[in-house]
Amino acid sequence: MKLQVADLNSFYGPAHILFDIALEVGEGEVVALLGRNGAGKSTTFRSIVGLVDNRSGRIVFEGKDVSREPTHAIVRGGLGYVPEERRIFTDLTVEENLEVGRQPKRPNAPHWTREKLFTLFPNLGEMRNRPGGRMSGGEQQMLTIARTLMGNPSLVLLDEPSEGLSPKIVEQMVDAILAMKKEGVSVVVSEQNLHFARLISDRAYIIERGRICFGGTMAELDAQPDIRDAHLSL
Amino acid sequence: MFRDARLRRASQLEGQDLRLIQTLILRRREAPSRRMQAPMFTEPGPPMAFYFVQFLTGLASAASLFLVASGLSIIFGVTRIVNFAHGAFYMLGAYVAFTLTERFSGALGFWGGIVVAALVVAAVGVLVEMVLLRRIYHAPELFQLLATFGLTLMVQDIVVLIWGPDDLLGRRAPGFKGAVDFFGQNIPSYDLFLIALSPVVLGVLWLLFQRTRWGVLVRAATQDRDMVAALGVNQKWLFTSVFALGVFLAALGGALQIPRDAVHHALDLRIIVEVFVVVVIGGLGSIIGAFVAAVLVSELNAFGILIFPKISIILVFLVMAVVLIVRPWGLFGKPEAAARRTPGLTVNPWRPLTSGERSMSIGTLVLAAMLPLFAGNYALTVGSEIAIFVIFAASLHFLMSVGGLASFGHAAYFGLGAYGVAFLAKAAGLPMVVSLLLGPVLGLLGAAVFGFFAVQLSGVYFAMLTLAFAQIIWSIAFQWVTVTGGDNGILGVWPDRWASSPSSFYWLSLAVAALVVTVLRVIVFSPFGFALRATRDSPLRSEAVGINGKRVQWTAFVISGAVAGIGGALFAYLKGSVFPDSVGISLSVDALVMVLLGGVETVSGAVIGAIVFKAANIWLVSQTDLSKLVLGGFIVLMVVAFPKGIVGTLEMLRNRRRSTDTKSALATSQVEVAE
Repeated sequence: MKLQVADLNSFYGPAHILFDIALEVGEGEVVALLGRNGAGKSTTFRSIVGLVDNRSGRIVFEGKDVSREPTHAIVRGGLGYVPEERRIFTDLTVEENLEVGRQPKRPNAPHWTREKLFTLFPNLGEMRNRPGGRMSGGEQQMLTIARTLMGNPSLVLLDEPSEGLSPKIVEQMVDAILAMKKEGVSVVVSEQNLHFARLISDRAYIIERGRICFGGTMAELDAQPDIRDAHLSL
Repeated sequence: MFRDARLRRASQLEGQDLRLIQTLILRRREAPSRRMQAPMFTEPGPPMAFYFVQFLTGLASAASLFLVASGLSIIFGVTRIVNFAHGAFYMLGAYVAFTLTERFSGALGFWGGIVVAALVVAAVGVLVEMVLLRRIYHAPELFQLLATFGLTLMVQDIVVLIWGPDDLLGRRAPGFKGAVDFFGQNIPSYDLFLIALSPVVLGVLWLLFQRTRWGVLVRAATQDRDMVAALGVNQKWLFTSVFALGVFLAALGGALQIPRDAVHHALDLRIIVEVFVVVVIGGLGSIIGAFVAAVLVSELNAFGILIFPKISIILVFLVMAVVLIVRPWGLFGKPEAAARRTPGLTVNPWRPLTSGERSMSIGTLVLAAMLPLFAGNYALTVGSEIAIFVIFAASLHFLMSVGGLASFGHAAYFGLGAYGVAFLAKAAGLPMVVSLLLGPVLGLLGAAVFGFFAVQLSGVYFAMLTLAFAQIIWSIAFQWVTVTGGDNGILGVWPDRWASSPSSFYWLSLAVAALVVTVLRVIVFSPFGFALRATRDSPLRSEAVGINGKRVQWTAFVISGAVAGIGGALFAYLKGSVFPDSVGISLSVDALVMVLLGGVETVSGAVIGAIVFKAANIWLVSQTDLSKLVLGGFIVLMVVAFPKGIVGTLEMLRNRRRSTDTKSALATSQVEVAE
């Protein structure tokens, strides 16, 4: 088991956001975390990488409980995180953005170099010295993923990668995620878009009001259209 | 060690006067053979050459200013802390370099001493960062400024303990002892060295930030700290290393000054005010901005002294005002994203006093009014002073807690009120009632002028600008001897007979304090007060409902300045005199500490804070010679351990007791915070 989350509860100030979240991600698996706006998808990811201070529960990554570790240590351990708002360093060039993400080689994860990433995302290779602030939304999204891969993660949390992108870019995104999977990287992808999720995922969880209300394979989800329709806006 | 009576006397002057006189003296000292041919004071030589030399002197002064300002900028860029203690590190650099260069001789001793001094101070900086700053990175910026100011206070006493109170004259730099002749004008060759040094430092910093992984990480963290952590970078060490570099630069700037300038224990405030002006003009966070603005400010100083010899700082102020109007974020800065709300984390909404609390306050006031029945004259004088400081603290509280604008130079308006009274009573000979009413108008006018510029900014920029303004007023009070009496102040401002006895003056102060506090409270809960608080909490939304935020803040600034002026007016009569101290930075900080001690997020904190702080302060000064060390330590401790203040803590305890009843209700109401 790559990642195991159990009894995860998170708070923003006095507000209780996540209730007993439980998730599992297998080796090399792509898992979708589905839910509406405000359901708690991003908070789940932020809690896993330690960006939410007030949280409790168990987060076991590669057999080790990381719930007490600071964000940078969790990420250094091989758990990559791509935030929703892209958060490109706009003053830095493409290459410099990648440099920030660079971490040493890891024995149990594929090793990514700049050149290898430029073949996966050819657009980026053509604008190596362009400042991040002067890129289109799709290019920025590619750059955030490439930047996280520079850390040689064995698992990546991808927060709403298709949001606000044109269909053509979404297609490239699908290719990129499948390429990551082929290299052996496990992926958890949060999505509102079921069609997109279906193209890449092995399994799915549905989160609603901070609670997991479904977990199973895509086929099982399709077999229960009432659950699907109740919790996802299609 | 070289002793020169003229230099020692000169070093008691401040700022540019000192520097100019020293360069003149140094030039004469360094080239005795030329003294007969070109005596500086009587024959200025060819005018063009003189101006050129003056220009070079300005450039040389810019070197240290640039080093300190760039250090401050780098630290702010990444940690978002405006390190007030940067002046203290500059001063420490000078002192340590003095000791090392005296101890080790030769060129290696000197240059090695300079670099080692900067490294030693950088190590001290690392210690400070790890022990203190790491605890307050997430605190509101006001607390960060105050904590680092507390450090500055402590360092002032510590350097006096170690090096003594006298000015120290350092060695001159080996290899740069002479002067270069330029059309009969002498330029110290050390000045030329400094002029060459700053572009080199600028270049090295540029390479460091553009060409190294560390530099890339720092630039990334300047933009988005959390994202850098989310990519596996340990922010802690990044912050520490950035802080070390910034402190190293400041200490280097100080160490490099020892051949030019006497080392003394007031260097820190002098440089930090100039540095604040530099970063406000250049743009906080920009190294190139620090460079350009350092040169600009130094040149303005160098030529300002020729144009307005008495109030040379005016020129710098004018340029700063223009820059702020055209580019509020500085020449090379970037418009800041919405600043962190300064106090603003208030969970408990403010409410007017209940009738019970109101009668309790009135009862307390009546009790206080009965003090003269049993207290002696000394206690009554102390009581008057406390009442005056309640007025002062309440005025700052109004601006800071209600308006969300933390002024670091509020003493300016207090002092203006005091000087206003002194002018009216002494020069115009008006009766006390009239000058008490009109004196604060000077504070009001000052607040109207400076407030107009200050409210264009917010957050740390606002704090730095108000501090710079206050220092300008202070310099005028200090330098313009013919009008203000300079350091000798204005004496003999005594109250009329009806208020001259300690008890009647106490009653007067108490009555004014009660009136002022009541009026300010009424304003807090008036429509204007709501508009002010709305602007504080959300500038955009309040603008969207039709509130002219800048005008509201300006009005608040003027009200606050006028009230501070009232306090100052009473203070002048209490002391019978006015001195530049009444405008001084330590008074401004006292006010901040009073508000903070009482509780910045409360309505009545300022009153309680002023009473407790002033009483403790008067007692402390009578008990110890190291009052700055104790006060500084107290400020640091308060910020770290006790940020809610007295009233805030009491309210929290009370609410906690109350909320146990409502807890279940709260838990079930799921607040839907968007992810």
